[in-house]
Amino acid sequence: MHTPLSYFRVFVTFLRNSLVRDMTFRANFLIDTISSTVWVFMNLGFYVLIFHYTPMLGVGTGWGKYEFFLFLATTLLINSLMRGLFLSNAVELSERIRTGTLDFLLVKPIDTQFLASLGRIEWSAVGPFACGLLLMVYALAKLGVMPGPATAALYVLYVLCGVAIYYSLMIAMASTSIWLGRNRALLDFWFYITNFSRYPMEIYRGPFGTPLRHFFTFLIPVFIAVNVPARVLVRPLEIRSPADWALPGFALLATAGSLVLSRWIFQRALVSYRSASS
Amino acid sequence: MLARAATSWTILRISLQERLVYRGDFALGTLIRFLPIITQIFLWAAVFSAVEAADASRRTIADYTYPAMVGYYLLTMVSRAFSSMPGLASGIAREIREGTVKKYLVQPVDMLEFLLLTRVAHKLVYYLVAVGPFALVFWICRAYMPGWPGPEVMAAYVASLLMAFLLGFFLEATIGMIGFWFLEVTSLLFVYMLLNFFCSGHMFPIDLLPGTLGEVVRLLPLQYLAYFPTAVMLGRVTGPDLACGLCIQLGWVLFFLIAARVTFHYGVRRYSGFGG
Repeated sequence: MHTPLSYFRVFVTFLRNSLVRDMTFRANFLIDTISSTVWVFMNLGFYVLIFHYTPMLGVGTGWGKYEFFLFLATTLLINSLMRGLFLSNAVELSERIRTGTLDFLLVKPIDTQFLASLGRIEWSAVGPFACGLLLMVYALAKLGVMPGPATAALYVLYVLCGVAIYYSLMIAMASTSIWLGRNRALLDFWFYITNFSRYPMEIYRGPFGTPLRHFFTFLIPVFIAVNVPARVLVRPLEIRSPADWALPGFALLATAGSLVLSRWIFQRALVSYRSASS
Repeated sequence: MLARAATSWTILRISLQERLVYRGDFALGTLIRFLPIITQIFLWAAVFSAVEAADASRRTIADYTYPAMVGYYLLTMVSRAFSSMPGLASGIAREIREGTVKKYLVQPVDMLEFLLLTRVAHKLVYYLVAVGPFALVFWICRAYMPGWPGPEVMAAYVASLLMAFLLGFFLEATIGMIGFWFLEVTSLLFVYMLLNFFCSGHMFPIDLLPGTLGEVVRLLPLQYLAYFPTAVMLGRVTGPDLACGLCIQLGWVLFFLIAARVTFHYGVRRYSGFGG
Protein backbone atom coordinates (compact mmCIF):
# COMPACT_ATOMS: atom_id res chain seq x y z
CA MET A 1 0.00 0.00 0.00
CA HIS A 2 1.47 3.34 -1.04
CA THR A 3 0.98 6.24 1.31
CA PRO A 4 1.89 9.87 0.67
CA LEU A 5 4.78 9.27 3.05
CA SER A 6 6.24 6.48 0.95
CA TYR A 7 5.99 8.72 -2.14
CA PHE A 8 7.77 11.43 -0.22
CA ARG A 9 10.54 8.99 0.73
CA VAL A 10 10.95 7.98 -2.92
CA PHE A 11 11.11 11.66 -3.87
CA VAL A 12 13.85 12.27 -1.27
CA THR A 13 15.76 9.35 -2.81
CA PHE A 14 15.43 10.98 -6.25
CA LEU A 15 16.76 14.23 -4.78
CA ARG A 16 19.71 12.44 -3.21
CA ASN A 17 20.56 10.32 -6.26
CA SER A 18 20.41 13.32 -8.58
CA LEU A 19 22.66 15.30 -6.25
CA VAL A 20 25.17 12.42 -6.16
CA ARG A 21 25.12 12.28 -9.97
CA ASP A 22 25.54 16.05 -10.30
CA MET A 23 28.42 16.03 -7.81
CA THR A 24 30.15 13.28 -9.80
CA PHE A 25 30.55 15.77 -12.64
CA ARG A 26 31.23 18.78 -10.46
CA ALA A 27 32.84 20.99 -13.11
CA ASN A 28 29.89 20.44 -15.45
CA PHE A 29 27.47 21.21 -12.62
CA LEU A 30 29.34 24.39 -11.80
CA ILE A 31 29.36 25.54 -15.43
CA ASP A 32 25.62 24.77 -15.73
CA THR A 33 24.82 26.75 -12.60
CA ILE A 34 27.02 29.70 -13.58
CA SER A 35 25.74 29.87 -17.15
CA SER A 36 22.07 29.77 -16.13
CA THR A 37 22.78 32.49 -13.56
CA VAL A 38 24.58 34.66 -16.12
CA TRP A 39 21.59 34.23 -18.42
CA VAL A 40 19.34 35.57 -15.65
CA PHE A 41 21.57 38.61 -15.18
CA MET A 42 21.68 39.40 -18.89
CA ASN A 43 17.89 39.27 -19.04
CA LEU A 44 17.76 41.53 -16.02
CA GLY A 45 20.05 43.91 -17.92
CA PHE A 46 17.46 44.14 -20.72
CA TYR A 47 14.72 45.10 -18.25
CA VAL A 48 16.96 47.65 -16.52
CA LEU A 49 17.49 49.13 -19.99
CA ILE A 50 13.75 49.28 -20.65
CA PHE A 51 13.14 51.04 -17.34
CA HIS A 52 15.92 53.46 -18.22
CA TYR A 53 13.47 54.83 -20.79
CA THR A 54 10.05 54.28 -19.22
CA PRO A 55 8.67 54.68 -15.69
CA MET A 56 6.09 51.93 -16.15
CA LEU A 57 5.06 49.00 -18.37
CA GLY A 58 1.85 50.39 -19.83
CA VAL A 59 -0.22 53.34 -18.68
CA GLY A 60 -1.78 52.88 -15.25
CA THR A 61 -0.91 49.20 -14.98
CA GLY A 62 1.03 49.72 -11.75
CA TRP A 63 4.00 47.73 -13.04
CA GLY A 64 6.82 50.13 -12.28
CA LYS A 65 10.47 49.06 -12.18
CA TYR A 66 10.51 47.34 -8.79
CA GLU A 67 6.99 45.97 -9.10
CA PHE A 68 8.10 44.37 -12.36
CA PHE A 69 11.22 43.04 -10.63
CA LEU A 70 8.88 41.23 -8.23
CA PHE A 71 7.06 39.83 -11.26
CA LEU A 72 10.40 38.78 -12.72
CA ALA A 73 11.44 37.18 -9.42
CA THR A 74 8.21 35.17 -9.45
CA THR A 75 8.88 34.08 -13.05
CA LEU A 76 12.39 33.02 -12.02
CA LEU A 77 11.14 31.01 -9.04
CA ILE A 78 8.47 29.20 -11.04
CA ASN A 79 10.68 28.59 -14.07
CA SER A 80 13.60 27.32 -12.00
CA LEU A 81 11.28 24.96 -10.11
CA MET A 82 10.00 23.72 -13.46
CA ARG A 83 13.50 23.30 -14.82
CA GLY A 84 14.79 21.67 -11.66
CA LEU A 85 11.94 19.23 -11.18
CA PHE A 86 10.21 18.48 -14.46
CA LEU A 87 11.79 19.80 -17.67
CA SER A 88 14.45 17.14 -18.25
CA ASN A 89 12.00 14.44 -17.13
CA ALA A 90 9.44 15.56 -19.71
CA VAL A 91 12.07 15.56 -22.46
CA GLU A 92 13.24 12.13 -21.31
CA LEU A 93 9.66 10.83 -21.27
CA SER A 94 9.39 11.76 -24.95
CA GLU A 95 12.61 9.89 -25.64
CA ARG A 96 11.54 6.88 -23.52
CA ILE A 97 8.36 6.61 -25.56
CA ARG A 98 10.30 6.68 -28.83
CA THR A 99 12.85 4.10 -27.76
CA GLY A 100 10.48 1.90 -25.75
CA THR A 101 12.31 2.29 -22.42
CA LEU A 102 9.06 3.52 -20.84
CA ASP A 103 8.52 -0.22 -20.20
CA PHE A 104 10.97 -0.02 -17.30
CA LEU A 105 8.79 2.60 -15.60
CA LEU A 106 5.54 0.75 -16.25
CA VAL A 107 6.67 -2.40 -14.46
CA LYS A 108 7.73 -0.58 -11.28
CA PRO A 109 5.24 -0.78 -8.38
CA ILE A 110 4.68 2.95 -8.19
CA ASP A 111 2.56 5.50 -10.05
CA THR A 112 4.03 5.87 -13.54
CA GLN A 113 3.28 9.57 -13.84
CA PHE A 114 5.06 10.24 -10.54
CA LEU A 115 8.11 8.27 -11.65
CA ALA A 116 8.17 9.77 -15.15
CA SER A 117 7.77 13.32 -13.83
CA LEU A 118 10.29 13.43 -10.98
CA GLY A 119 12.87 10.70 -11.60
CA ARG A 120 15.64 13.14 -12.36
CA ILE A 121 16.18 16.41 -10.51
CA GLU A 122 18.36 19.16 -11.99
CA TRP A 123 20.16 20.71 -9.06
CA SER A 124 21.75 23.40 -11.22
CA ALA A 125 18.36 25.18 -11.20
CA VAL A 126 19.29 26.27 -7.68
CA GLY A 127 21.28 29.14 -9.27
CA PRO A 128 18.35 30.92 -10.97
CA PHE A 129 16.12 30.08 -7.98
CA ALA A 130 18.53 31.88 -5.63
CA CYS A 131 18.64 34.80 -8.09
CA GLY A 132 14.83 34.96 -7.93
CA LEU A 133 14.88 35.10 -4.14
CA LEU A 134 17.60 37.76 -4.07
CA LEU A 135 15.81 39.85 -6.68
CA MET A 136 12.61 39.60 -4.64
CA VAL A 137 14.32 40.75 -1.44
CA TYR A 138 15.98 43.62 -3.35
CA ALA A 139 12.72 44.76 -4.98
CA LEU A 140 10.76 44.52 -1.71
CA ALA A 141 13.44 46.56 0.06
CA LYS A 142 13.34 49.20 -2.70
CA LEU A 143 9.55 49.38 -2.49
CA GLY A 144 9.73 49.50 1.30
CA VAL A 145 7.21 46.67 1.58
CA MET A 146 7.38 43.82 4.06
CA PRO A 147 4.80 41.12 3.30
CA GLY A 148 2.94 39.79 6.33
CA PRO A 149 2.60 36.08 7.09
CA ALA A 150 -0.79 35.85 5.34
CA THR A 151 0.58 37.43 2.14
CA ALA A 152 3.67 35.22 2.28
CA ALA A 153 1.56 32.08 2.71
CA LEU A 154 -0.74 33.12 -0.15
CA TYR A 155 2.30 33.83 -2.32
CA VAL A 156 3.79 30.39 -1.70
CA LEU A 157 0.41 28.79 -2.40
CA TYR A 158 0.02 30.61 -5.71
CA VAL A 159 3.63 29.94 -6.77
CA LEU A 160 2.87 26.24 -6.23
CA CYS A 161 -0.35 26.66 -8.23
CA GLY A 162 1.71 28.26 -11.01
CA VAL A 163 4.13 25.34 -11.00
CA ALA A 164 1.18 22.90 -11.07
CA ILE A 165 -0.37 24.68 -14.08
CA TYR A 166 2.93 24.73 -15.97
CA TYR A 167 3.58 21.10 -15.03
CA SER A 168 0.17 20.00 -16.29
CA LEU A 169 0.78 21.67 -19.62
CA MET A 170 4.23 20.16 -19.92
CA ILE A 171 3.27 16.59 -19.03
CA ALA A 172 0.25 16.77 -21.34
CA MET A 173 2.51 17.91 -24.19
CA ALA A 174 5.09 15.22 -23.42
CA SER A 175 2.34 12.56 -23.35
CA THR A 176 1.38 13.39 -26.93
CA SER A 177 4.66 11.73 -27.97
CA ILE A 178 2.82 8.42 -27.53
CA TRP A 179 0.51 9.34 -30.39
CA LEU A 180 3.06 11.28 -32.44
CA GLY A 181 5.90 8.78 -32.05
CA ARG A 182 8.28 11.58 -31.36
CA ASN A 183 7.94 15.10 -30.09
CA ARG A 184 11.16 16.88 -30.80
CA ALA A 185 9.45 20.26 -30.77
CA LEU A 186 8.49 19.84 -27.10
CA LEU A 187 11.14 22.22 -25.79
CA ASP A 188 10.44 24.73 -28.57
CA PHE A 189 6.72 24.73 -27.86
CA TRP A 190 7.40 25.04 -24.16
CA PHE A 191 9.67 28.03 -24.75
CA TYR A 192 7.24 29.76 -27.10
CA ILE A 193 4.16 29.28 -24.93
CA THR A 194 5.81 30.37 -21.68
CA ASN A 195 7.33 33.30 -23.57
CA PHE A 196 3.88 34.90 -23.51
CA SER A 197 3.74 34.81 -19.72
CA ARG A 198 7.08 36.56 -19.26
CA TYR A 199 5.31 39.91 -18.97
CA PRO A 200 2.33 41.11 -16.92
CA MET A 201 -0.96 40.22 -18.61
CA GLU A 202 -2.02 43.90 -18.60
CA ILE A 203 0.25 44.61 -21.57
CA TYR A 204 -1.95 42.43 -23.81
CA ARG A 205 -4.72 44.81 -24.79
CA GLY A 206 -6.45 46.13 -27.90
CA PRO A 207 -8.26 44.19 -30.63
CA PHE A 208 -5.57 41.49 -30.77
CA GLY A 209 -4.25 41.63 -27.22
CA THR A 210 -7.56 41.09 -25.44
CA PRO A 211 -8.46 37.81 -27.21
CA LEU A 212 -4.85 36.67 -26.69
CA ARG A 213 -5.10 37.49 -22.98
CA HIS A 214 -8.37 35.59 -22.67
CA PHE A 215 -6.91 32.61 -24.55
CA PHE A 216 -3.89 32.34 -22.26
CA THR A 217 -5.99 33.01 -19.15
CA PHE A 218 -8.99 30.77 -19.63
CA LEU A 219 -8.09 28.14 -22.24
CA ILE A 220 -4.37 27.57 -21.62
CA PRO A 221 -4.01 29.31 -18.26
CA VAL A 222 -0.29 30.16 -18.43
CA PHE A 223 -0.96 33.84 -17.60
CA ILE A 224 -2.50 32.78 -14.30
CA ALA A 225 0.67 30.91 -13.34
CA VAL A 226 2.91 33.96 -12.85
CA ASN A 227 0.48 36.90 -12.73
CA VAL A 228 -1.57 35.79 -9.74
CA PRO A 229 1.32 35.13 -7.30
CA ALA A 230 3.13 38.28 -8.50
CA ARG A 231 0.00 40.36 -7.89
CA VAL A 232 -0.38 38.88 -4.40
CA LEU A 233 3.06 40.24 -3.60
CA VAL A 234 2.80 43.58 -5.42
CA ARG A 235 -0.72 44.59 -4.47
CA PRO A 236 -1.64 42.59 -1.38
CA LEU A 237 -3.87 45.25 0.13
CA GLU A 238 -5.71 46.31 -2.98
CA ILE A 239 -8.34 43.59 -2.87
CA ARG A 240 -11.34 45.77 -2.17
CA SER A 241 -14.21 44.34 -4.15
CA PRO A 242 -15.41 40.78 -4.81
CA ALA A 243 -14.21 41.20 -8.43
CA ASP A 244 -10.63 41.44 -7.15
CA TRP A 245 -10.99 37.92 -5.79
CA ALA A 246 -12.14 36.60 -9.16
CA LEU A 247 -8.69 35.92 -10.62
CA PRO A 248 -7.12 34.35 -7.49
CA GLY A 249 -10.29 32.24 -7.12
CA PHE A 250 -10.15 31.21 -10.75
CA ALA A 251 -6.46 30.36 -10.33
CA LEU A 252 -7.32 27.66 -7.78
CA LEU A 253 -9.97 26.30 -10.10
CA ALA A 254 -7.61 26.41 -13.09
CA THR A 255 -4.92 24.58 -11.11
CA ALA A 256 -7.27 21.77 -10.12
CA GLY A 257 -8.71 21.58 -13.64
CA SER A 258 -5.24 21.50 -15.28
CA LEU A 259 -4.02 18.74 -12.96
CA VAL A 260 -7.08 16.59 -13.53
CA LEU A 261 -7.05 17.11 -17.29
CA SER A 262 -3.32 16.41 -17.65
CA ARG A 263 -3.68 13.26 -15.52
CA TRP A 264 -6.48 12.12 -17.81
CA ILE A 265 -4.41 12.84 -20.94
CA PHE A 266 -1.43 10.97 -19.47
CA GLN A 267 -3.55 7.92 -18.62
CA ARG A 268 -5.25 7.94 -22.03
CA ALA A 269 -1.88 8.19 -23.73
CA LEU A 270 -0.52 5.25 -21.73
CA VAL A 271 -3.37 3.07 -23.02
CA SER A 272 -2.15 3.76 -26.56
CA TYR A 273 1.51 3.01 -25.72
CA ARG A 274 2.86 0.22 -27.90
CA SER A 275 6.39 -0.25 -26.55
CA ALA A 276 8.61 0.49 -29.53
CA SER A 277 11.46 -1.89 -28.76
CA SER A 278 9.63 -5.16 -28.06
CA MET B 1 39.67 24.54 -61.92
CA LEU B 2 36.73 23.10 -63.85
CA ALA B 3 36.90 19.88 -61.83
CA ARG B 4 36.84 21.86 -58.61
CA ALA B 5 33.81 23.83 -59.75
CA ALA B 6 32.08 20.57 -60.67
CA THR B 7 32.83 19.16 -57.18
CA SER B 8 31.44 22.30 -55.56
CA TRP B 9 28.31 22.13 -57.71
CA THR B 10 27.78 18.46 -56.77
CA ILE B 11 28.17 19.20 -53.05
CA LEU B 12 25.70 22.09 -53.34
CA ARG B 13 23.17 20.00 -55.31
CA ILE B 14 23.27 17.05 -52.90
CA SER B 15 22.91 19.35 -49.89
CA LEU B 16 19.95 21.09 -51.55
CA GLN B 17 18.15 17.80 -52.11
CA GLU B 18 18.95 16.69 -48.58
CA ARG B 19 17.47 19.86 -47.14
CA LEU B 20 14.24 19.74 -49.13
CA VAL B 21 13.13 16.45 -47.58
CA TYR B 22 11.28 17.94 -44.59
CA ARG B 23 9.92 21.15 -46.15
CA GLY B 24 6.51 21.10 -44.39
CA ASP B 25 8.12 20.82 -40.96
CA PHE B 26 10.54 23.55 -42.02
CA ALA B 27 7.76 26.02 -43.00
CA LEU B 28 5.84 25.42 -39.78
CA GLY B 29 9.03 25.84 -37.74
CA THR B 30 9.69 29.17 -39.44
CA LEU B 31 6.21 30.46 -38.71
CA ILE B 32 6.44 29.39 -35.06
CA ARG B 33 9.69 31.34 -34.69
CA PHE B 34 7.73 34.57 -35.15
CA LEU B 35 5.75 33.94 -31.96
CA PRO B 36 8.21 35.73 -29.62
CA ILE B 37 7.83 38.84 -31.83
CA ILE B 38 4.17 39.05 -30.75
CA THR B 39 5.31 39.45 -27.13
CA GLN B 40 7.80 42.12 -28.20
CA ILE B 41 5.07 44.04 -30.08
CA PHE B 42 2.90 44.18 -26.95
CA LEU B 43 5.84 44.91 -24.62
CA TRP B 44 6.99 47.89 -26.67
CA ALA B 45 3.40 49.12 -27.12
CA ALA B 46 3.15 49.22 -23.30
CA VAL B 47 6.53 50.95 -22.99
CA PHE B 48 5.75 53.59 -25.63
CA SER B 49 2.27 54.28 -24.21
CA ALA B 50 3.80 54.87 -20.75
CA VAL B 51 6.53 57.11 -22.20
CA GLU B 52 3.91 59.17 -24.04
CA ALA B 53 1.68 59.37 -20.98
CA ALA B 54 4.58 60.68 -18.91
CA ASP B 55 5.54 63.28 -21.51
CA ALA B 56 3.00 63.91 -24.29
CA SER B 57 5.59 65.53 -26.56
CA ARG B 58 7.82 62.46 -26.47
CA ARG B 59 7.03 59.82 -29.04
CA THR B 60 10.43 58.23 -29.53
CA ILE B 61 12.92 56.15 -27.58
CA ALA B 62 16.50 56.65 -28.79
CA ASP B 63 15.02 58.00 -32.05
CA TYR B 64 12.80 54.94 -32.54
CA THR B 65 9.08 55.49 -32.95
CA TYR B 66 6.85 52.57 -31.96
CA PRO B 67 6.32 51.34 -35.56
CA ALA B 68 10.08 51.67 -36.19
CA MET B 69 10.80 49.59 -33.10
CA VAL B 70 8.46 46.79 -34.20
CA GLY B 71 9.83 47.08 -37.74
CA TYR B 72 13.30 46.71 -36.24
CA TYR B 73 12.42 43.40 -34.57
CA LEU B 74 10.80 42.07 -37.75
CA LEU B 75 13.75 43.05 -39.94
CA THR B 76 16.17 41.58 -37.41
CA MET B 77 14.54 38.22 -38.16
CA VAL B 78 15.73 38.67 -41.76
CA SER B 79 19.29 39.55 -40.66
CA ARG B 80 19.31 36.54 -38.36
CA ALA B 81 18.03 34.33 -41.17
CA PHE B 82 21.30 35.20 -42.93
CA SER B 83 23.79 35.31 -40.07
CA SER B 84 22.67 32.55 -37.69
CA MET B 85 24.52 29.27 -38.15
CA PRO B 86 22.78 26.66 -35.99
CA GLY B 87 25.06 23.74 -35.20
CA LEU B 88 28.08 24.95 -37.16
CA ALA B 89 30.61 25.48 -34.37
CA SER B 90 29.35 22.58 -32.26
CA GLY B 91 29.38 20.36 -35.37
CA ILE B 92 33.01 21.20 -36.16
CA ALA B 93 34.03 20.64 -32.53
CA ARG B 94 32.20 17.29 -32.51
CA GLU B 95 33.93 16.15 -35.70
CA ILE B 96 37.28 17.04 -34.14
CA ARG B 97 36.45 15.26 -30.89
CA GLU B 98 35.07 12.12 -32.52
CA GLY B 99 37.79 12.00 -35.12
CA THR B 100 35.56 12.25 -38.20
CA VAL B 101 37.37 15.42 -39.21
CA LYS B 102 40.02 13.17 -40.74
CA LYS B 103 37.79 12.66 -43.78
CA TYR B 104 38.62 16.21 -44.85
CA LEU B 105 42.31 15.53 -44.37
CA VAL B 106 42.48 12.43 -46.56
CA GLN B 107 40.02 13.48 -49.26
CA PRO B 108 40.67 16.20 -51.83
CA VAL B 109 37.94 18.39 -50.29
CA ASP B 110 38.63 21.56 -48.36
CA MET B 111 36.74 21.45 -45.06
CA LEU B 112 35.81 25.15 -44.91
CA GLU B 113 34.68 25.15 -48.54
CA PHE B 114 32.60 22.01 -48.01
CA LEU B 115 30.94 23.42 -44.90
CA LEU B 116 30.34 26.78 -46.59
CA LEU B 117 28.63 25.13 -49.58
CA THR B 118 26.48 22.94 -47.31
CA ARG B 119 25.52 26.06 -45.38
CA VAL B 120 24.71 27.97 -48.60
CA ALA B 121 22.45 25.07 -49.64
CA HIS B 122 20.79 25.05 -46.24
CA LYS B 123 20.18 28.78 -46.40
CA LEU B 124 18.88 28.68 -49.99
CA VAL B 125 16.32 26.03 -49.08
CA TYR B 126 15.49 27.95 -45.93
CA TYR B 127 14.74 31.13 -47.91
CA LEU B 128 12.76 29.17 -50.48
CA VAL B 129 10.52 27.74 -47.78
CA ALA B 130 10.62 30.69 -45.36
CA VAL B 131 9.70 33.33 -47.93
CA GLY B 132 6.01 32.34 -47.48
CA PRO B 133 5.86 32.72 -43.68
CA PHE B 134 8.03 35.87 -43.83
CA ALA B 135 5.81 37.48 -46.50
CA LEU B 136 2.69 36.59 -44.50
CA VAL B 137 3.99 38.05 -41.23
CA PHE B 138 5.39 41.18 -42.94
CA TRP B 139 2.09 41.70 -44.74
CA ILE B 140 0.14 41.38 -41.48
CA CYS B 141 2.54 43.83 -39.83
CA ARG B 142 2.78 46.15 -42.86
CA ALA B 143 1.79 49.16 -40.74
CA TYR B 144 5.06 48.80 -38.83
CA MET B 145 7.29 48.30 -41.84
CA PRO B 146 9.28 51.08 -43.46
CA GLY B 147 8.39 51.77 -47.10
CA TRP B 148 10.49 50.37 -49.94
CA PRO B 149 13.83 52.17 -49.88
CA GLY B 150 15.72 53.59 -52.88
CA PRO B 151 17.90 51.33 -55.04
CA GLU B 152 21.14 52.44 -53.30
CA VAL B 153 19.82 51.57 -49.84
CA MET B 154 18.44 48.29 -51.17
CA ALA B 155 21.81 47.42 -52.71
CA ALA B 156 23.59 48.30 -49.45
CA TYR B 157 21.05 46.21 -47.53
CA VAL B 158 21.57 43.16 -49.72
CA ALA B 159 25.34 43.59 -49.48
CA SER B 160 25.20 43.86 -45.69
CA LEU B 161 22.98 40.75 -45.49
CA LEU B 162 25.36 38.71 -47.65
CA MET B 163 28.31 39.88 -45.55
CA ALA B 164 26.32 39.06 -42.39
CA PHE B 165 26.04 35.50 -43.71
CA LEU B 166 29.78 35.26 -44.39
CA LEU B 167 30.69 36.90 -41.09
CA GLY B 168 28.38 34.54 -39.17
CA PHE B 169 29.87 31.55 -40.98
CA PHE B 170 33.56 32.37 -40.53
CA LEU B 171 33.10 33.61 -36.95
CA GLU B 172 31.35 30.41 -35.85
CA ALA B 173 33.74 28.24 -37.86
CA THR B 174 36.67 29.88 -36.04
CA ILE B 175 35.03 29.17 -32.67
CA GLY B 176 34.44 25.55 -33.73
CA MET B 177 38.12 25.20 -34.73
CA ILE B 178 39.12 26.09 -31.17
CA GLY B 179 37.99 22.51 -30.56
CA PHE B 180 41.40 21.43 -31.95
CA TRP B 181 42.89 22.79 -28.72
CA PHE B 182 40.08 22.29 -26.17
CA LEU B 183 38.06 19.36 -27.63
CA GLU B 184 34.95 20.51 -25.72
CA VAL B 185 33.71 23.99 -26.62
CA THR B 186 30.15 23.85 -25.20
CA SER B 187 30.77 26.44 -22.49
CA LEU B 188 32.60 28.70 -24.92
CA LEU B 189 29.65 28.41 -27.30
CA PHE B 190 27.25 29.32 -24.53
CA VAL B 191 29.24 32.48 -23.81
CA TYR B 192 29.23 33.29 -27.53
CA MET B 193 25.48 32.64 -27.72
CA LEU B 194 24.86 34.99 -24.78
CA LEU B 195 27.07 37.73 -26.19
CA ASN B 196 25.54 37.31 -29.60
CA PHE B 197 22.01 37.56 -28.23
CA PHE B 198 22.67 40.78 -26.35
CA CYS B 199 25.36 42.55 -28.37
CA SER B 200 24.29 41.75 -31.95
CA GLY B 201 21.03 43.66 -31.66
CA HIS B 202 18.95 40.49 -31.62
CA MET B 203 17.31 41.24 -28.27
CA PHE B 204 17.09 45.03 -28.64
CA PRO B 205 18.53 47.73 -30.93
CA ILE B 206 22.05 48.33 -29.62
CA ASP B 207 21.69 52.11 -29.96
CA LEU B 208 19.44 51.94 -26.88
CA LEU B 209 22.55 51.18 -24.81
CA PRO B 210 23.71 54.36 -23.13
CA GLY B 211 27.24 55.63 -22.44
CA THR B 212 30.45 53.62 -22.50
CA LEU B 213 28.64 50.28 -22.64
CA GLY B 214 27.01 51.34 -25.90
CA GLU B 215 30.34 52.49 -27.33
CA VAL B 216 32.02 49.19 -26.44
CA VAL B 217 29.22 47.11 -27.97
CA ARG B 218 29.38 49.19 -31.15
CA LEU B 219 33.07 48.30 -31.49
CA LEU B 220 32.34 44.55 -31.55
CA PRO B 221 31.86 42.66 -34.82
CA LEU B 222 28.62 41.14 -33.46
CA GLN B 223 26.48 44.15 -34.43
CA TYR B 224 27.09 43.32 -38.12
CA LEU B 225 25.21 40.04 -37.63
CA ALA B 226 21.82 41.59 -36.82
CA TYR B 227 21.79 45.29 -35.98
CA PHE B 228 23.70 46.79 -38.88
CA PRO B 229 21.72 45.33 -41.85
CA THR B 230 18.47 46.26 -40.10
CA ALA B 231 19.68 49.79 -39.40
CA VAL B 232 20.61 50.14 -43.09
CA MET B 233 17.13 49.07 -44.19
CA LEU B 234 15.47 51.40 -41.67
CA GLY B 235 17.50 54.30 -43.08
CA ARG B 236 19.30 54.90 -39.78
CA VAL B 237 22.73 54.64 -41.38
CA THR B 238 23.23 56.86 -44.42
CA GLY B 239 25.86 58.63 -46.51
CA PRO B 240 29.50 58.30 -45.41
CA ASP B 241 28.45 56.31 -42.31
CA LEU B 242 26.87 53.70 -44.56
CA ALA B 243 29.96 53.35 -46.74
CA CYS B 244 32.17 53.26 -43.67
CA GLY B 245 29.93 50.66 -41.98
CA LEU B 246 29.98 48.40 -45.04
CA CYS B 247 33.78 48.66 -45.21
CA ILE B 248 34.15 47.75 -41.52
CA GLN B 249 31.78 44.83 -42.03
CA LEU B 250 33.87 43.64 -44.99
CA GLY B 251 36.97 44.05 -42.83
CA TRP B 252 35.49 41.77 -40.14
CA VAL B 253 34.50 39.19 -42.78
CA LEU B 254 38.10 39.11 -44.09
CA PHE B 255 39.49 39.03 -40.56
CA PHE B 256 37.45 35.95 -39.60
CA LEU B 257 38.04 34.31 -42.98
CA ILE B 258 41.77 34.50 -42.30
CA ALA B 259 41.27 33.55 -38.63
CA ALA B 260 39.31 30.42 -39.63
CA ARG B 261 42.00 29.47 -42.17
CA VAL B 262 44.84 30.05 -39.71
CA THR B 263 43.15 28.13 -36.85
CA PHE B 264 42.44 25.24 -39.22
CA HIS B 265 46.04 25.25 -40.45
CA TYR B 266 47.54 25.16 -36.96
CA GLY B 267 44.73 23.03 -35.52
CA VAL B 268 45.35 20.21 -37.99
CA ARG B 269 48.99 20.10 -36.83
CA ARG B 270 47.80 19.51 -33.28
CA TYR B 271 45.15 17.03 -34.32
CA SER B 272 45.70 13.55 -32.94
CA GLY B 273 42.81 11.66 -34.61
CA PHE B 274 40.77 10.19 -31.77
CA GLY B 275 37.97 7.76 -32.53
CA GLY B 276 37.37 5.51 -35.51
